[in-house]
Amino acid sequence: MRFSRREFVKWMAASTGAAAVAGCAGMGGSSAGRVVVIGGGYGGATAARHIKLWAPDIEVTIVERGDTFVSCPISNLVLGGNTQIGSITMGYDALRSRGINIIRDEAVGVDAGARQVRLASGKTLSYDRLIVSPGIDFIYDQIPGLKSAEAQNRVLHAWKAGPQTVALRKQLEAMRDGGVFVFQFPMAPYRCPPGPYERVCQVADYLKRAKPKSKIIVLDANPDIVSKKGLFLAAWNGLYKGMIEYRPNSELADVDVKGMVVKLTFDSVKGDVLNVVPPHGAGTIARQAGLITANQRWCGVDWLTMESVAVKGVHVLGDSTLSAPGMPKSASMANQHAKVCAAAVIALIKGQPVIPQPMMMNTCYSFVDGKSSMHVASVHTYDPAQKTMVLVKGAGGVSTAASELEGTYAWGWARNIWGDALG
Amino acid sequence: MKAKVTRSACALALVAAGFAGSAAAQDPAVARGLAATCTACHGTDGRSVGGVPPSLAGRDRGELLQTMKDFRAGKRPATIMHQHAKGYTDAQLELIAGFFAGVKPGAAAAAPAARGGN
Repeated sequence: MRFSRREFVKWMAASTGAAAVAGCAGMGGSSAGRVVVIGGGYGGATAARHIKLWAPDIEVTIVERGDTFVSCPISNLVLGGNTQIGSITMGYDALRSRGINIIRDEAVGVDAGARQVRLASGKTLSYDRLIVSPGIDFIYDQIPGLKSAEAQNRVLHAWKAGPQTVALRKQLEAMRDGGVFVFQFPMAPYRCPPGPYERVCQVADYLKRAKPKSKIIVLDANPDIVSKKGLFLAAWNGLYKGMIEYRPNSELADVDVKGMVVKLTFDSVKGDVLNVVPPHGAGTIARQAGLITANQRWCGVDWLTMESVAVKGVHVLGDSTLSAPGMPKSASMANQHAKVCAAAVIALIKGQPVIPQPMMMNTCYSFVDGKSSMHVASVHTYDPAQKTMVLVKGAGGVSTAASELEGTYAWGWARNIWGDALG
Repeated sequence: MKAKVTRSACALALVAAGFAGSAAAQDPAVARGLAATCTACHGTDGRSVGGVPPSLAGRDRGELLQTMKDFRAGKRPATIMHQHAKGYTDAQLELIAGFFAGVKPGAAAAAPAARGGN
């Protein structure tokens, strides 16, 4: 059975049923259903936009704290001086003009029984389906030295793109030639598996250019490089030979902010600029809404619909989810979660069957310098027997080498995934 | 003109009302969902911002299908597409190619700059 675009439109009109017919009859006014989306990042914005694209008669509202979207992918290039924060900062105006309500506020509670979201401003929003896509929040409980806001402003994570990205860049600019940049990050699963190793490349690229006597000490909590190992080692041992000291199994014990020391279980490492990414879990609102189901950190979902396994009527997207086997916490994956969720939410609101075997695809590029990039790719399919997404065997892989050609693809990827979320 | 189109769509909606929900009726949603896995990189509906990776909207169905099969078989040079193509069955590739062939080529929807800039 083949469908042209035109037939597809007819089908959509047919499948929207009573609401579409009512709309045609000029009755208007009432929507087919109300969807509230918490978080306007890669997951939330993409879900909101696709619900509106695929079912214009559904009312969609995004609750977002910020007034701009700052992309985590590409943000390491700001640290390297290879792009500017303005190039990865975008607005929500196009979504508004598509008829999506954007409320600048913070969701502070969910009453799943009453199907309402409470906002910091005191307002409440009613929903038929709620989508929670809050990204990550950091867990400082086990890091006494980083508990105060002052300490957190001095030793940065820069693992959410925005002011911290700019501030870490300034710290690197202020560092003396011959200084030591110490970078510690947590055990997997963490946001963006190749991200830490790309960051090392970007900082090395800057230091090689501007402060060639400087050194980088990489304190990886993991037992080995988590992603694109051979490709990153090729960059570190080639482009940045002698600059990078890599220490695996370097789990964080504490940070001495005054002394500028990263404390590990059996060792202490002093630096001129410290960059510590604390362990993290699903965003705070996921916790408040009772969506956490695994390791006190992540939200289990039904992969056919992205609906929470804990709370009915609430869907969870992106880094907050308990990842399926082989699934990274990435912008690319959040985009794919969002589309499976958008289709399912529309089907559930309209009483239609959901897609029985969703597919998802992941593409992550990492820049080794200002121009050359390399990828990791995977394809994921739903396995009805295991009731989860699994890797398609034989598909996916990594680049043979970083290249300028893939650098252009990486920027193309960025512009398209930004458009897919915000255009 | 617009009113006429809307009215005929309405008539079709009424005629086809009983059709929704059947397995056959779901095909377009399945194709749309499969194609949406491609559009993170290739742009919404296969309309690429800046043309890299290339636009897929409105391309010939047979050409798209053959291209994917050639990627999968290693007959066409690629950085990444051979790895993606291997993730899909023939039937899935047919649905994807059919979807993009049915989309009108047009301007891509780029993300807007932040208001006030930086």
